[in-house]
Amino acid sequence: MSEPTAQLTDDTLIAVRDLTLSFGPKIIQQRVSFDVKRGSVFAVMGGSGCGKSTMLKSMIGLLRPTTGQILVGGEDYWAQNERRRTDINHRFGVLFQSGALWSSMTVGENVALPMEMFTDLKPAVIRRLVELKLGLVGMEHAIDLYPSEISGGMRKRAGLARAMALDPDILFFDEPSAGLDPITSARLDDLILTLRDGLGATVIIVSHELPSLFAIADDGIFLDATTHTAIAHGAPRSLRDNSDIPEVRAFMNRVSSLSSPTTTEG
Amino acid sequence: MTEALSPSAAPPDAGTQAPVWSIVPTEQGGRLVLEGTWTVPKGGVPTFDANALKNLQNGQSLQVDAKGVGEWDSALISFLWNVEQASTAAGLTFDTSILPDPTQRLLALLPPTPPAATPSQFVRQNLFARTGQATLDVLEETGVLTDMMAQSSLGAVRAITTKSFMRGKDLLSDIWRAGPNALLIVGVVNFLLGAILAFVGLVELRRFAAEIYVTDLVGIACAREISAIMTAIIMAGRTGGAYAARISTMLGNEEIDALQVFGIPISSYILLPSIISLSVMMPLLYLYGTLIGIFGGFVVAMSMMDVSATGYWIATFNGVELKEFIFGFIKSYFFASFIALAACRVGLKAGRSAADVGVAATRAVVIGIVGIIAMDAVFAVLANALGI
Repeated sequence: MSEPTAQLTDDTLIAVRDLTLSFGPKIIQQRVSFDVKRGSVFAVMGGSGCGKSTMLKSMIGLLRPTTGQILVGGEDYWAQNERRRTDINHRFGVLFQSGALWSSMTVGENVALPMEMFTDLKPAVIRRLVELKLGLVGMEHAIDLYPSEISGGMRKRAGLARAMALDPDILFFDEPSAGLDPITSARLDDLILTLRDGLGATVIIVSHELPSLFAIADDGIFLDATTHTAIAHGAPRSLRDNSDIPEVRAFMNRVSSLSSPTTTEG
Repeated sequence: MTEALSPSAAPPDAGTQAPVWSIVPTEQGGRLVLEGTWTVPKGGVPTFDANALKNLQNGQSLQVDAKGVGEWDSALISFLWNVEQASTAAGLTFDTSILPDPTQRLLALLPPTPPAATPSQFVRQNLFARTGQATLDVLEETGVLTDMMAQSSLGAVRAITTKSFMRGKDLLSDIWRAGPNALLIVGVVNFLLGAILAFVGLVELRRFAAEIYVTDLVGIACAREISAIMTAIIMAGRTGGAYAARISTMLGNEEIDALQVFGIPISSYILLPSIISLSVMMPLLYLYGTLIGIFGGFVVAMSMMDVSATGYWIATFNGVELKEFIFGFIKSYFFASFIALAACRVGLKAGRSAADVGVAATRAVVIGIVGIIAMDAVFAVLANALGI
């Protein structure tokens, strides 16, 4: 089935090749390459301000990379026209950092809108699907509430329900644990894994929350803010235990100062 | 010699002691002896006089002794940081070893020098560069606005012909906010303007015994200019500012990003309801404002002028032609489209912070008002050329 010799194996869903991201003359990340395997939970890690979220933005079509390719199912995403990119985007479900619910609509309308716009389903069917998606994240009671009336954790879960509106097979999470208490955050982690297994989705998660990374991610990439490139690949757990790069090990073990004397002060 | 420098040698008052410092020479160099209460509320932040180090030789050390210090806070740390910089500049070793451990650690956190003052951001470019930049900006904005207009018109066509990206509910709520909600303020302003016009007009016209022409004055002025402009200015401040603030808030909340990821076109989803509702409602508001303005004039005329109510209305209907209303109506439509487009554009271009929302709202109002006046001038020239 899978051919390890080919550049893109069958179980690679997203392949990033030599990606360089910049804002004008300011380079955010350069020459980053990695593969995301089908069904895996892939973590984009790194300290604050290293360009994790920017990387995510270029993968979901919000920021055109300066150079390099993002292959989604073998298709060069940024080489497609806008219409085709929108079609590809419908394979994506994105949970934004703040939930990004549309504030003029109720939670239920938020989940329903993509279905209303992109499917021919009858309103009654859409309503049932909305109840289902909200039920999966435990938010069915909030269907008629406005985003301003619910808590941050609930907004994230509702955002997750909306991300699943079009039954995507790739879920993106931008800092899912940010601003959540440890229990809520752990529940969200469990939810992500359950949904991944249940829906057969691939998950790409941008985070620096170590407990959550260790709990759910099984592959990943570590972006560095000083060299502006990926300095380590692998599962967060193995990076924590086996990485030979001092910065990565320090980050993964939550050590404030680097133990290795070879590193210079930033 | 044991000369003690202490510029702040104020006599100790009851309870607290003023911060006092002095330098005592030792074999290794000097010892900075600190005494008193070193807190910001009680003693302020004393400054260190670098001249006090002039008796010490390069390479010697300056030891800090703070055993006599009672209470302390940032005032002490700030002073010590000051001393550290001065002694480094004088080539002395700054020795904090006999300070309490927490104080030493605080000092160790500080960089060797305070940050250099950032140069002013207002770099003056020369006149040519500024003119060129401004021209490019104007051209770009014109292009973007035209593109937005085209996109929204396309969206409007699509909304009629095929599956629409616009939600009827959004359009209705926008119409409600742009129309009925504005009735009171538009009414009040136009009523008062009509009344003021009639008052000023009557006082002047009375000198020529031409008081009855106040009906023409109020009617034509309101229908042709005043109501159209005032309604547009009110709506630019009210609705234009609200559009810009709403869109830039959505931007900061990643709501626009979420729309883009789903492939929901912003032009038809956000811009279209705003533009349609304002361009539909404002001409109607204009008509309403004109009638209220004329009524305001009527009320003043009734109290100051010897004419019957019927007579006043007949004179008004005879004096003000229908074309004045049509002219004002058409102008209102263009003002409304401009306000809505410009406000949405400003909102979409805004940054993502709370301050940016304020800036966007302000800018939308300013651009709206200036644009309305400028457009009105163009309309006046056109009307003159066409003989309307």
